Formats: sequence, C-alpha cells, structure tokens
Amino acid sequence: MLHVEHIHKTFFAGTINEKVALQDLSLHLAPGDFVTVIGGNGAGKSTMLNSIAGVYPVDSGKIVIDGADITKTPEHKRAKYIGRVFQDPMMGTAAGMMIEENLAIAARRGKTPGLKWSLNEKDHDWFVEMLKELDLGLENRMTARVGLLSGGQRQALTLLMATIKKPKLLLLDEHTAALDPKTAAKVLALTERIVDRDQLTTLMITHNMRDALRYGNRLIMMYNGRILVDVAGDEKKNLTTQDLLQMFEKAAGNTLDSDRLLLS
Amino acid sequence: MIDILMPTIAQGLLWAIMALGVYITFRVLDIADLTVEGSFPLGAAVAASMLSEGYSVAVAFICAAIAGMLAGVATGLLHTKLKIPALLAGILTMIALYSVNLRVMGKANLSLLRIDTIFTEMQAWFNLDNVYTVLSVGAIAALLSGLFIYWFFGTEIGAAIRATGFNQQMIRAQGVDTRVTIILGLLISNALVALSGALIAQNNGFADVGMGTGTIVIGLASVIIGEVLFCTRSFKNCIVSVILGSVVYRIVIAAVLQMGMPPNDLKLFTALLVAFALSLPLVKDKVGARKAVK
Ligand SMILES: Nc1ncnc2c1ncn2[C@@H]1O[C@H](COP(=O)(O)OP(=O)(O)OP(=O)(O)O)[C@@H](O)[C@H]1O
Ligand SMILES: [Mg+2]
Repeated sequence: MLHVEHIHKTFFAGTINEKVALQDLSLHLAPGDFVTVIGGNGAGKSTMLNSIAGVYPVDSGKIVIDGADITKTPEHKRAKYIGRVFQDPMMGTAAGMMIEENLAIAARRGKTPGLKWSLNEKDHDWFVEMLKELDLGLENRMTARVGLLSGGQRQALTLLMATIKKPKLLLLDEHTAALDPKTAAKVLALTERIVDRDQLTTLMITHNMRDALRYGNRLIMMYNGRILVDVAGDEKKNLTTQDLLQMFEKAAGNTLDSDRLLLS
Repeated sequence: MIDILMPTIAQGLLWAIMALGVYITFRVLDIADLTVEGSFPLGAAVAASMLSEGYSVAVAFICAAIAGMLAGVATGLLHTKLKIPALLAGILTMIALYSVNLRVMGKANLSLLRIDTIFTEMQAWFNLDNVYTVLSVGAIAALLSGLFIYWFFGTEIGAAIRATGFNQQMIRAQGVDTRVTIILGLLISNALVALSGALIAQNNGFADVGMGTGTIVIGLASVIIGEVLFCTRSFKNCIVSVILGSVVYRIVIAAVLQMGMPPNDLKLFTALLVAFALSLPLVKDKVGARKAVK
C-alpha cells in the first residue's frame, strides 16, 4: 500500500544549522497494516510522516502509495490518499466553522470544490450517524463552532474527518499527546475501532511505549533519522517494554539514558 | 434632519459594497489587503472612462469589476507565487495601480458632467427625486452584493476559502490548493471594491486618482462598527452587519461634521475610531482580568 524507498531529508542543508532528519529511510506497508512508531525527540518521526504527506519535498528517494508515485506531488494533491490527525488539536479543524461545515469539507477530501451548495440534507443525516458513533453527543451540536469544543472532542472530530472518506493511508502524529490521560485513552480506543472497522493502513506516532505495544500489528522504532527496530505479528504481541529497550540499545549500539527516559 | 439622514444612508449603502470587499479579506481570509486603496479608484477610473467614451452603464460596471478582479489576482500572485507577505503584496499593487489609474483616465481627474450614469438612468426610468434614486441604487447594489456573498461562501469553493482563512494547514490536508483559494478571495474582494468605486464616481460626478486614500480604513471602520453593534455569529448576520456598519459610519461622520468638526480632520477621526475599535478586544481582556483579580 505504501512504499517509502531510500528517502533522505536534510533541513537547512549547507548552513551551520544543517540538520539531517531522515537518512536512507525505507518502509513498506501492506494493506491494513497498523504500525505504531516510537523514538526519542528529534528522531525524525514527524519528518517521516510529513514527507509522506508532502508537507515538504524529500531530497532523494521515492514514495509510492497504492501504485502511484507521489514523490513530487504537492501536499494538497496527496490528500486524495491520505487522512491526517495532528498533535495540536487546533490543527485539524477550522475553528470558526460549524461542525457540519468541517465534516462537509472532509467528506470531499481530495475532490476539487465546485459551486454546489456545501451542505445538504443527505450528508447531514450521514454526519449525524457518524457523530453518534463517537458517543460524545456531538450529533446534537452540528451547528456549533468547532472552536467551542474541548481538545478531546476536537481530536475525535478530526479523526472522524480524516477517515470519513476512507483514506488509503492514515497518518497520526502523536494525536493524543495534548490530551489528559483519560481523554487520550478514549481517543485511542476510538482510533483502534475505526482502523479495525475500515481496515485502514495506518502509521501512528506515540511517545507512550505501552500504547505502542498495545495497538497495531507492527511497531517501528526510529533513531537519528533511521528505522532501527521493526517488529510485527506474534513477535510484537509478545514484546514487553523491557525487550523494546534492550532491542533499542543493541541496535543503537550504546546506552541512551536520555532516550530511555523519553521512551518510558 | 431627514434631509441629511437620507443622503447619508444612501452614501453608506454605496460604500457598503466596498466594506463587504474588505470584510472578505480582513475577516474571511484573515489578510489586511491594501490593494483596495488602488482598486477602489481603479473601478472609478475604468467606469468613468468607459462612460465618457459612450459605453453603456452595464458595460462600464462589468469592466470595472473585471479590472478589480485583475488587481486582486495581481496581489494574490505576488503573495502566493512570489511568497511576498500579503500586506506588502497589497501595497505593491496599490502603488502600481496609481500609475495604471492615471493611464486609464489619461489625467488625474475625469468629470462625468452631462454624461449618463446609473443614477441619471434610474432617475429617468423611475422618475424619483435625486436622493431617493441614490438610496434605491445603493439599496439594490448592497442587497445584490450581500446575496451574492451569502451564496458564494455557502458553496464548496466558498467553504474552502473560509476554511483557508481559519486554518491553511487543515484545508491543505483536505486537498485544497490554498494558493487558489487565497487568489479567489482577493479577486472577489477587489471586484466588489472596484464596483463600489464605480458607483461612487458616478454619484460624485467625477473620478479622481486620489479618491482611494483611506479606503481601507473606511472599510475596516464599517466592518468593525458592524461587528460591535450588530454581529451575532452566523455568516448571514455578519454580512448584514457590515452593510449596516457602513451606514452607521456615514451617520457618525455626518454627525461629527454637523457638530462642527473641520472636514480636513475627517481621516484623523476615522483612523482614531478604527484604532479604538480594533483595540476593544484587548481592552475587554484587560478589564476582564482586573475584575478577575478583584
Ligand atoms: N521544519 C523543520 N525545519 C527545520 N528542522 C526541522 C524541521 N522539522 C524537523 N526538523 C529537525 O529534524 C529533526 C527531526 O525532527 P522530527 O520533528 O521529525 O522529530 P520527531 O521524531 O518527531 O521528534 P518529537 O518526538 O520531538 O516530535 C530534528 O532535529 C528537528 O529539529
Ligand atoms: Mg514529532
């Protein structure tokens, strides 16, 4: 479904601020893979997701989704394939617009907008159904401005927006990190439900090792712009946080106290 | 009193078209677009030139609108393609338009004396007196502009433009090219501003290359007065409140002039009014914070 081949990304190349963010990174996802991504601060996790989403171009390498080479495709054209939820609950919605208007935009993801009226009866009923499944009472607040919602409600809505038109690939960048633990757990459970239901191919970055182990069928760990650990299936199921730390230290070739802290 | 009130309301309605244009950039797109200082006299210049060349009123309006669109696109391209900050892009277009406007008119001031305008034609048709002609033209123009904006921003494209103003990252992630939506928003805004310029020129009986000075501030004053006095939250109400804001602004100006303020101080007064209105949210915050402390 997704093939990332040997991508490199360096920020501010040729200046004193030069920062190598991705080094010869390759990743292949089968349809329906639900991959959790972990790694310390600055490991390149967000850069990998942003490169796939087209936020900035990669320096070299190739990105293919569903058979289409999108390496040079601009961000807005990749939206046809990709649904995204960001760390910042403000990022995924238009705060000044109604819930229904946000959903209407999301339901057209990847289509060129036309001069048809943006809202209609049929979609309205569909949105109500979808919101009911979130179980947050939002179906009664379709005309409320999204800016009035709590962070958790906004993330749940953004998740619905990212998936209401089934994407080929779902990218989640620490989408529960800004939420309190209880809300985060709810949004994660919702994520799993949607991903399972629609069999979505998913990359989910998290800073929480237990979440990384609990969710998904595959786990990758990044360090210094590379993927160091990649485990799937039964091997992942039986993994403990201790195993993970050991694998990480072995692969990285040294003991990384700061990263150990960050990962635990 | 009525003698002054009716013409004042009529002026407010003619200028409301411009204020609606400013609303689209300032509030919908979240850009302070100074192009309007050039596209307002551009609309006036184009309409006045066409009319004095003998073209019909309809053709004059259409050409004024197209000229305004082009001005908006110019700013849009400077901003989106060349990555020039929006404020600066608008200033560049505004300065360039000064020369363009002189070229269009061939001189600094073009009189429409004894030339048929929308107002003389309406007067002939409906046999109204001067004041009520201006009032009805203004009302119809404001109504049509308001309806157009309400319709357009309710469409898929319109919704995408509004979302661009709130959150570019979000709407790009939904597959919309924000360069296109920004250019479209500037295009519609400046078309309205140019139409307003065309109306004002015909009402004044002349177009002048300097008539754009202060347009942005008048537009902002109207938008903000409308918001403070009338705006509840729906988009429809916001459109109506901008139109009413423009009318109230004219009434305030007429009132202070009546009270003896020298006309030369008008722009200073307007600037202070807008500065005050723009600082209202801050003042409210401060007052709120002080209350919370107590
Ligand atoms: N837009 C950018 N401009 C410049 N440098 C960047 C940019 N984005 C990321 N970097 C740099 O690239 C490196 C990788 O950053 P990235 O954000 O991908 O890390 P991450 O794994 O997501 O970390 P975190 O867990 O803190 O989110 C970092 O050194 C960072 O400073
Ligand atoms: Mg990150």
